[in-house]
Amino acid sequence: MPENNIENNDAAGRGLDPEARGREAAVREVRDTADTPAGSHQKDIGGPSAGLMMEHFVADATTTPVAETDSRSAEGAPVSLWRDAWRQLRKKPTFIIAALLILLVIVVALLPQLFWTENPSAASTQCLLENSNGKASAGHPMGFTAQGCDVYSRVIAGTRASLMVGLLTTIGVVVIGGLIGALAGYFGGWIDGVLARLGDVFFALPLILGALVVMQLPFFKAHRGVWTLVVVLVLFGWPQIARIMRGAVVEVRNADYVVSARSLGVSSLGILMRHIIPNAMAPVIVIATISLGTFIVAESTLSYLGIGLPPSMMSWGNDISDAKDAFRSNPMPVFWPGLALSLTVLSFIMLGDALRDALDPKARKK
Amino acid sequence: MSMSQEKNRPLLEVRDLGIAFATATGEVQAVTDSNFTVMPGETVAIVGESGSGKSTSALAAIGLLPSNGRVNSGQIIFDGEDITHASEKRKVKLRGSQIGMVPQDPMSNLNPVWKVGFQVRETLKANGLPSKDEDVARVLSQAGLPDADKRAKQYPHEFSGGMRQRALISIGLSCQPRLLIADEPTSALDVTVQRTILDHLQTMTDKLGTAVLLITHDLGLAAERAQKVVVMYKGRVVEAGPALQLLRNPRHPYTQKLVDSAPSLASRRIEVARARGEEVDDLLAEHPQTAMQSALKQNFVQVQDLTKVYKLRGSWGRSEDFTAVDQVSFSIPRGTTTAVVGESGSGKSTVAKMMLGLEPITSGSIVFDGQDVARLRGKEMFAFRRRVQPIFQDPYGSLDPMYNIYRTIEEPLRVHGVGSAKEREQKVRELMDQVSLPQSMLARYPNELSGGQRQRVAIARALALNPELVVCDEAVSALDVLVQAQILNLLAELQHDLGLTYLFITHDLAVVRQIADNVCVMQKGKLVETGSTDSVFENPRTEYTQQLLAAIPGAGLITAG
Amino acid sequence: MAWYLVKRLLQLIPVFLGATLLVYFLVFMTPGDPLDALCGDKGCTPGVAAALTEQYHLGDPFFVQYFSYIGGLLTGDLGVNFSGREISDVLAGAFPATVRLAIIALIFEAIFGITFGLYAGLKKGGWFDSTVLVVSLVVIAVPIFVLGFVMQYFVGVKWGLAKPTVSGAADWSDLILPGIVLGLVSFAQVLRLTRTAVAENASADYVRTATAKGLTRGRVVRVHILRNSMIPVATFLGMDLGALMGGAIVTEGIFNVPGIGNQLYKALTLGDAPMVVSVVSVMVIIFCVANLLVDLLYAWLDPRIRYA
Repeated sequence: MPENNIENNDAAGRGLDPEARGREAAVREVRDTADTPAGSHQKDIGGPSAGLMMEHFVADATTTPVAETDSRSAEGAPVSLWRDAWRQLRKKPTFIIAALLILLVIVVALLPQLFWTENPSAASTQCLLENSNGKASAGHPMGFTAQGCDVYSRVIAGTRASLMVGLLTTIGVVVIGGLIGALAGYFGGWIDGVLARLGDVFFALPLILGALVVMQLPFFKAHRGVWTLVVVLVLFGWPQIARIMRGAVVEVRNADYVVSARSLGVSSLGILMRHIIPNAMAPVIVIATISLGTFIVAESTLSYLGIGLPPSMMSWGNDISDAKDAFRSNPMPVFWPGLALSLTVLSFIMLGDALRDALDPKARKK
Repeated sequence: MSMSQEKNRPLLEVRDLGIAFATATGEVQAVTDSNFTVMPGETVAIVGESGSGKSTSALAAIGLLPSNGRVNSGQIIFDGEDITHASEKRKVKLRGSQIGMVPQDPMSNLNPVWKVGFQVRETLKANGLPSKDEDVARVLSQAGLPDADKRAKQYPHEFSGGMRQRALISIGLSCQPRLLIADEPTSALDVTVQRTILDHLQTMTDKLGTAVLLITHDLGLAAERAQKVVVMYKGRVVEAGPALQLLRNPRHPYTQKLVDSAPSLASRRIEVARARGEEVDDLLAEHPQTAMQSALKQNFVQVQDLTKVYKLRGSWGRSEDFTAVDQVSFSIPRGTTTAVVGESGSGKSTVAKMMLGLEPITSGSIVFDGQDVARLRGKEMFAFRRRVQPIFQDPYGSLDPMYNIYRTIEEPLRVHGVGSAKEREQKVRELMDQVSLPQSMLARYPNELSGGQRQRVAIARALALNPELVVCDEAVSALDVLVQAQILNLLAELQHDLGLTYLFITHDLAVVRQIADNVCVMQKGKLVETGSTDSVFENPRTEYTQQLLAAIPGAGLITAG
Repeated sequence: MAWYLVKRLLQLIPVFLGATLLVYFLVFMTPGDPLDALCGDKGCTPGVAAALTEQYHLGDPFFVQYFSYIGGLLTGDLGVNFSGREISDVLAGAFPATVRLAIIALIFEAIFGITFGLYAGLKKGGWFDSTVLVVSLVVIAVPIFVLGFVMQYFVGVKWGLAKPTVSGAADWSDLILPGIVLGLVSFAQVLRLTRTAVAENASADYVRTATAKGLTRGRVVRVHILRNSMIPVATFLGMDLGALMGGAIVTEGIFNVPGIGNQLYKALTLGDAPMVVSVVSVMVIIFCVANLLVDLLYAWLDPRIRYA
């Protein structure tokens, strides 16, 4: 404990002998009524605390040095928000697992020939009926479908379609929804009102239902493929991103730094592009990552229902749809593509979840 | 228990208290070796800046540390009983009936989904007191809430800030605890409300004989309300003793700094002049008249009958007019500081926004160096923006978190196409020197800076275009006392060096006293008094100004010392 | 309060009109003859084509068509499907099973989601919390048809804990397994939502104040933390009611539940466009009504809205 300055001043005793109460030797003084200036709000000394004694304790200045006011040591490299997020992310096991899985899925989608034992869509490959519902064997680790096709190769080959639909839909949704949301949030007023109602209209139709209606139309049935599916999913998927973007923009719009930029003379468009959108992107990126997973689910659900990708295209949804009738006797052709699908979706959702924690503005503000 | 025993035994004794918080980067010691005592019926204030551990120490006494905090050394003794690691059951028993609490922010401390009466009733019930409607109403009316029986049936959002704080005081004192922990009980309120609430709290605790542990950042307020003051700094108690003695004769260097930067009669302007070795007496003597005279001669900014009406959307699609600023007229002489002071809702910030050309003017005019601001369009507006720059209150909000310091300060230069990239860099470096920030900080991001440093960056950005008028909207209100003093000094120096004109918007009269030449007092959108700072402070003519001045905590004490 | 409700009601009208218009527009205005869309792959006989033309006012301008369709929708006259049955009769027959299914799903997700979420939120960062968070992500990630098959296979077929498919009557007991499957994804979402809200409210100032008043921990949790956390959760549950009806298409297909989703699935495979349009339109109505209920619930739960 610090050594205390011992000093007695104006101890106009009030009867009570100061008892050694504290552990340190400290100055004890008895309060003097005369010390209270007239008109101040001091409690009257004649009140319940009459005759109270007090110590004047001073900590040793050498053990409690006073730092220079408002100093802050800043060591190491400058930390931007993204770098800060990255620092947090790379320590998170869920992020690492998710990122590695996604990397694997991307490689499989780009270069399936590195993985499959045989190209399932090549003319030389034939599904042999003698293999129908066959068990796993060497070179065919996941067994065979009812048609006698190799499940493993089909799972590998189905990756590309699912990932393409998910990725392209997410890009479309972020561009369209982001733009609409940013405009609604930034300009407010009637523009916001109209765009919000428009969003509600599309929102009232759940993604799958809306896609169902459209995909069974003759025109879409005739042109089934990755692009049609992407168009339909974007059509019903944009409102969610628009809502998120709008909310983020509204939050940022009134920030002092935006007002500062206005008083600097930065144009409306300049403020939107240079200050508001960069700051509103974090929640959009989070939701977009998670959405990528849900769009993959939507694609496979529609394919499963028979109105997604054409049966000729290899995709996990189609494979599950094909195998579902023989499910009771041979569940594996449903199980393996289901597992691939679930793991892919899980890794995107996990990535989004980790990003959310790292980019959370509440945690960021120190 | 005999009287003397009762008096000799502290009600609350904190011994060598240490508190640590578990954070992502490891354990942080928030409080170290803290000692203080509260005698029965006594008021003790803990004073310190944000992060000094003052609230943490007090909250530990009723076991209300956040979940990541824990007491890792020392003892907390309440009325002879060691409650440092008391069981949850025991703590529940003590809370409310033995130790009450009045929290800091009245806006967030009442549960928004329950009626106020319900929240009082459950307190009474939990502590085994009668809790009928009339008991609830009685408790509320004792805290000075009018129409308590009707008010009890309302929700918190229907209450004003002052009323909510009264409700919280009534909750804190409803079970007549022996110790009341008041954690910055009025910092979120306007000064006049603050004063009446503190007066009422004091009357109530005096009557009940409740001891009060008052936590505050305001040394003046502490000295005014408490018999004993404990000063905390960086988690340690650096000085403790009788309030007035500590104030008049501070011994620890930190306390000395704190007392020095507390609101005083000497204004910053004069201090800066003194530091330069100029004749202060001359400045003081000639100042009031000169300022007024020059105001008549050359009005740099002339505000005439300025009015702002907002349309508020009410129920059933009706819109109501709300006059935020009502026929306000004043002028700003070049090279001086004019403060617009008022409480929340006085319209002072709206005046600032109109001055910056950020809000359209409903009627009246602002003439800036001969130009009518309301008529400026396109290029003229762009040129005007160069001459008028803002500094905002919240140093956390006024810098774009995605921009590093260099980009932040360079932005105005780039927008206005000033110089080449090289010249701009040179200018940014000069500005950093002017606001006393190291060049090494240029690559950093706002989240790596302290509040005061951010405010310096905001000042540098505002000065980049060599503006003539700087509008400071509560520019120092969010800062700790010592930092606040530094920034005010910096502003005064810059004014002297660059001949800047300031429009200073603030709720804090102490700040006005320190920096302003002239002052405009606003209340509910109207200008109630205007004049030179000295004349307004020495001789306030309206009752409202008198109330505001009287409500500055501790001002009288320091003057007396 | 009244103004708030009127405002929400007024906002609902354009949404309803817009959504039905959208569906209608998509079906009748996309490239190709609407009769092709209505008749499906097999094509119609001239007689049926004439009947359809009359039923959908195909000879009239678009808006006349649309408003007669809206009128039919609101009066319950939905026309006939491919097999000549009144669509309203088909829907009325299928409705109870779907409603029962949705109720089971809703109860399941509410009870388990809130309980687990509350516990995880109160012990944020603990082992339970961490486990539950990962598990909930897995549940969200597995598509419902995969989940449905897996549950049916293990719970229904392998372990025999529940009937793998539903009998014609679709009793409550039959629907427990499909109901849980239907509610699983939402359960995970309710759990996460509750957890976040509880964790946030637990550190709210008013909770600290409530503790300082001398309330027991149990009361603080029930009256202050849980009650306030219910605002976003109840809103989600309300919205989910509509979404569950839509999600039923897959679940009902797997478990052979004779509900709306099954009818929709059948209509899809048969290319029965009138039926698809009607079912989706009815779902839009349900969604809009659920939305309104959510608004009511929200106002009831949060007095700040009620008096706004």
